[in-house]
Amino acid sequence: MDTVLFFILAIVAVAAGVGVIAQRNAVRSALFLLINFCCLAGLYVLLHAQFVAVVQVIVYAGAIVVLFLFVVMLLGMEQAEETLDPLRYQWIVGGLLGILLLVGVVWALIPMQMGPGPDLAIDNVRLLGAALLTDYVIPFELASVVLLVAIIGAVVLAKRRLEE
Amino acid sequence: MVPSSYYLILSAILFCLGAVGVLVRRNALVMLMSVEMMLNAVNLTLITYSHFLGDVAGQVFVLMVMAVAAAEVAVGLAIVVSLFRHKGTTDVDEMSLLKW
Repeated sequence: MDTVLFFILAIVAVAAGVGVIAQRNAVRSALFLLINFCCLAGLYVLLHAQFVAVVQVIVYAGAIVVLFLFVVMLLGMEQAEETLDPLRYQWIVGGLLGILLLVGVVWALIPMQMGPGPDLAIDNVRLLGAALLTDYVIPFELASVVLLVAIIGAVVLAKRRLEE
Repeated sequence: MVPSSYYLILSAILFCLGAVGVLVRRNALVMLMSVEMMLNAVNLTLITYSHFLGDVAGQVFVLMVMAVAAAEVAVGLAIVVSLFRHKGTTDVDEMSLLKW
């Protein structure tokens, strides 16, 4: 059962990933990205990380994809490129470099065979909350500073100049 | 029970798809989407290790990556909007101010 679900989710995730980079229309790319994020949330559930799966759906599928769609439609940049193509071999060279990177990463990852450790599915949220507020409390608090800086930076960058 | 290597290979494939997207696309918005896909592939690796090593620290790191990714998208899209006001396009070939 797990294996079947894994292969369905994996195939859909890879197909959606190909869709993101192959679609010329940026709105369709964003929608393929949404499918990709939802498949990854399913994989997180298979890996017994339920809380992270829910956060994945809320933050990525809910907030980030909507932000992308807003900006794409706000700027009207659905078809912003490839009108004239000065680098014709870009796709071939990019694909070859990607395959090279894939071979390297797989070669590095494959020797790491692991058996299943202790199960984190029971009391997943409690374990995560305890870890966040004891061992990792400083990174947890610093994350809020990062978000605050990002909010201020986004407002400053995107606001219209007053003198214009 | 799916072996850990399957998950790791899947995350490697997704990471490389994102890298190829950054290399070949020229719409800045799609490049940002590809970067998000790479971040997600790394998240999958972290969750895989967290599951197979039985350590909750991997999930904590995924939450940190998500916070940084959200901040990155907000600032990145603000930069894209600002560049669009300046240049009238999001094509990165037009963004060559620093090229000599």
